Parts: sequence; structure tokens; C-alpha cells
Amino acid sequence: MKTILSYLKRLVYSLILLLAVITLNFLLVHMAPGDAVTAMIGDMGGATPELIAELRVEYGLDQNLFIQLYKYITKMATGDLGISFTHNLPVMDLVLEYLPATILLVATAFLLAVFIGTVLGIIAAQKPKSLFNHFVTVLSLSGYAAPVFWTGLMMLIAFSYYFPIFPAFGMRNAGFQGTMLEGVFDVFKHLVLPAVTLASVYIALYSRLARASMMDVLGSDYIRTARSKGLSQRVVIYKHALKNALLPVVTMAGLQVSQLVAGAVVVETVFGWPGIGQLAFNSILRRDHPLLLGILFLSTLMVVVANLITDFAYRLLDPRIK
Amino acid sequence: MTNRPISDEVVQADRPFVEICRMFFGNKAAIFGLLLWLLVILTAFLGPAIYPSDPFEMVGAPMTPPGEEFLLGTDYLGRDVLTGIIHGASVTLAIGFSATFCTVIIGVIIGVLSGYYGGWVDNLLMRFTEFFQVLPALLFAMVLISLFTASIYLIVLAIAVVSWTGIARLTRAEFLKIKEREYVMAERAMGARNMSIMWKVILPNALPPLIVAVALSVGVAILFEAALSFLGLGDPNAYSWGYMIGSSREYIWDSWWTITFPGFAIFLTVLGISLIGDGLNDALNPKLREL
Repeated sequence: MKTILSYLKRLVYSLILLLAVITLNFLLVHMAPGDAVTAMIGDMGGATPELIAELRVEYGLDQNLFIQLYKYITKMATGDLGISFTHNLPVMDLVLEYLPATILLVATAFLLAVFIGTVLGIIAAQKPKSLFNHFVTVLSLSGYAAPVFWTGLMMLIAFSYYFPIFPAFGMRNAGFQGTMLEGVFDVFKHLVLPAVTLASVYIALYSRLARASMMDVLGSDYIRTARSKGLSQRVVIYKHALKNALLPVVTMAGLQVSQLVAGAVVVETVFGWPGIGQLAFNSILRRDHPLLLGILFLSTLMVVVANLITDFAYRLLDPRIK
Repeated sequence: MTNRPISDEVVQADRPFVEICRMFFGNKAAIFGLLLWLLVILTAFLGPAIYPSDPFEMVGAPMTPPGEEFLLGTDYLGRDVLTGIIHGASVTLAIGFSATFCTVIIGVIIGVLSGYYGGWVDNLLMRFTEFFQVLPALLFAMVLISLFTASIYLIVLAIAVVSWTGIARLTRAEFLKIKEREYVMAERAMGARNMSIMWKVILPNALPPLIVAVALSVGVAILFEAALSFLGLGDPNAYSWGYMIGSSREYIWDSWWTITFPGFAIFLTVLGISLIGDGLNDALNPKLREL
């Protein structure tokens, strides 16, 4: 019962967080110079003062700020994020169309980073003086220091130009025709470079974190006990140490989701990956604010959901947390 | 991330300065980082004097490969890449430092108040911090810049607004730990004011981990500025390394050098500051070395 209550509390808290994000969006739009009507008139190429006033009434811009905020929140709650004026489509439809590509990219990069990072870190932790450990140090330092868009462009130069193994742009070959299996393979070929690029930063992070955490755990008393029982290295590492060493990695992974989503914006622009990052970039170029803010809201929603999942995963891994 | 408690008798700020320097300069990686930064700083200050051309100026044939005429080649408009890199150093440093400065001011104030007062103040400020943590940083910065007009000040502010949370959390954690120590209690018993305990007694003792975090923030700020400029959201009058890469990426197949060299400059600068940060960490917080 108590557990359920604590889960509920987290849930309510997440909802409040989302409400705050909506309010922030609203305030930003209000603080920015010009409003929706001004932008529309700009597109139409001017209008009479009467028409402007009429449009303001129609869009509720003549009302009290709090009433506007209330209307904005109720609209958002029903999934109505407004209309993108460059695409002439509801923001929600547009984002839902582009979201699957982003989720595919972010999820692949995330799993790749957590898996490779943890494996590297754990192997390195077992032999602190080895060459491999130094290799992990160099890898993690460079992965962190290289701007992600530059890593992507370098990958393009290397693996699509000088060694044309992978396609440079998009998610599918234009005019692709073939069986479903070939279709999956086509997407996979396009996915490799962007996913590895996005993962590179986080492989660096997780390998460092997993190594530090593993070394810490390996020095603790209960591991000494396990060893003195005569257990093999393998059992000590994978049955006793691993679970505890993973805790900080899980926490960090949850916190990093928001950075991954943001990183996807850059990576998608570099590789022309048709996700919401690409959509956000184009909406900035065309000053399509409803679309941009809709994307900000929905990606924050993704982060909040991911944080909830991590939180629950953490509770499963560590029963002490109530 | 370590489970080991940090023993109270080790007041890290009291470690003799000489000892800290000895440890820092005994670290080869840290010295390498320091040399890299010396190079960047010298380039930023002396570069424009030695190499006084305008980076926006077209000086040669477009897309001349690196060679005798232009050491690092020219871009699609015939602008010299080397001039761009030299002039970009000062832009990078200016934005990196001022954004870090703002980040630290916001983060430290929130962290200090939160950690020192605790209770509802802490609760409120930490909820506020969490709110900023769930916003995807780069996307939020992009929104801020695109809603208002891009300028160096707005970019600095946007970077600070999305990156102060780490510093705030760290400061808070240090304050929570230090405020229970005997010497703080003694100050309080002697009737010291809250303000003076916060800023004159606790903060100096919280500095060692903070200095490391600040060094790392400089790197983060530089990467941020680069990404924003790459996306075309930088100050249009600032010739930064990120801008150089962003403006030439359409020509990636014809002139690899216009992308590779500025990116390498960013890479070395950020690498330098992270090596310095790691070195400082080892020297200032020997107990936390494995972090």
C-alpha cells in the first residue's frame, strides 16, 4: 500500500512538473516580441487595423492573461497544441508523424551507450593498471570533448565519402522498393552513423561512471567476504558486484535522457534524420513558434516519462528505497 | 557516487597550497591540458595582432585546399580558415567564460540558500531546480534564442539558464555536509550572522569540489555555444568556430578542411579544460579521486 502511494506521489509530481512547463511555454510566447496575430499578418503581407482587432478577439488575445493561460492549459490537456503555420497542420499531428524516427534514434543510441559504456567500464575496473584502462580513459575524454555535430560530420567524411559504407542522408533510400526485410535493413543502414554519433558522448560518460562505481564496489567489505569464501572472479563480479555497481549508472542514465533528446536535435540535423529534432530546426528557420513550443513540450513530456521509468527501475534494483 | 563517508577531520581547503600545486603539476595529463589552454589564450590575445586580417573577408579562391598559400585552406566564399580559427578563439573564450560566470552565480546562490536554510526554502528551490533539469537543455536554449533576437548576451544567458542546475545541486550537497561540522557550530555559538556563516565560513570550505565543477562548466559552455552557432543560432557578428562549421557543412564533400580544423580546435579546447578539471580534482579532492 505504502509503495503504491509513493508511486502515486511521483505521478502527481510529474503532472505538476508538466503544468509548469506549459505555463513556461505560455509566458515565453507572451514575453517574445509580437504575437500569433502579428506573425500571421506578416505572412499575409499586412492587414487593416479592424481585421487585426478581429483576429485578436478570435484568438482570445484581448483577454486577461490568466484567462488566456487557463484556456491554453485546457487546450494543451486535450492534446491541442495549436496549428503550425508553415505546414498548415495541427502541431500534434506533425510531431506524431516525426516522433517515431526520433524514438528509434534516441532509444538505439541510449541502449548502445549504456551497454557499451558499462561493459567497457566494468572490464577496465578489473585491471586498473592495464593498457585497456588507459584506452577507456582516452576514449571517454575524447568522447566528451568532441562536439557531437563534428563527430557526426567526421563520420560522414570517413564512412560515407572515403569509405562509402553507409548512406549519408535520411532514413530510407528515396523510392525504395523491396520486401519488408530489405526495408528494415535499409533503415538499419541509415541508422548506424547517427546512432553511433549520438551514443559516442554517452559511451564516454557511462564507461567512466561504471568504472568508478565498479572500483568502489570491488573495494567494499562484502566483496572481500565473497572472495574469501573462495568464489571465482566471475561469480564475484557478475553475481555480487554488478548489481550494486549499476545503481549510479541507472540514476545517471535517467538524468541524461533529457540531454539525449536535445542531442538528437543536432544529430538529426547533421544526418537529415526525419525526426522531431529536424522538425524543430526547420521551425526555427521559419519562425514557426507554435510548432517549436509544441516540440519543446512533447520532448519534456518524454523526459518526464523516462524519469518516471528510471525511478521505478531504481526502486526495483534497490529495495531499500521506499 | 562513492559510498564512503568523507571523514570530518579532513578539511580539504586547509591542505597547504604548495601541496596542491605539487600534486597538480605532477600530473602529466593536467599539464598537457594547461599547455593547450595556454595556446588558446595566447591565440585569443596575440593572434589578431600577429595575423590582423578580417575573418569575414574573402582573400583567395573559394575552397582552396590547405597548402602553401593558405595553411588551412579557404572556405566556399574564399575566407581563410586559419584567420577564422585565430579570431574564433577569442569569441569562444569570451562566451565560455561569461556563460560560466553567470552559471556559477545562479547555481551558487540557489545552492547556498537551499543547503543552508533547508526546510521549505530547500524544498521550493529544489523543485525549481528539477523543473529546469527536465527541460532538454539545448532545445530550450534554441527556443529562447529563436523567440528573442540572437545576440552574444542572449546566448550567454541561454547557456547559463540551461546549465546552472548541476552547480546548484553540488553546492547544496556540500552545504548540507559542512553546516553540521563543529567549526560552523562554533561560529554560530559565537553569534555570527547567517550571511557571514554562509559566505565566509561554509563557502570557502565548499570550494574544492566547486572549482572542479566550474572548470567542467567552461567546457560545457563552449560546446553549447558551438552547437548553437552550428545550428545558425549564434550571434551573426561573431565569427566563432561553431559558425565556421555550420556555414560550410553544405560543402562537406568538396572541402573537408573547413569543417575538420575548426572542430578540432573546439575538441582541443574542451579536452584541455577537462584535463585541467581532472587534475584539479585529483589535487583538491584526493579522497574522491575515483570520481
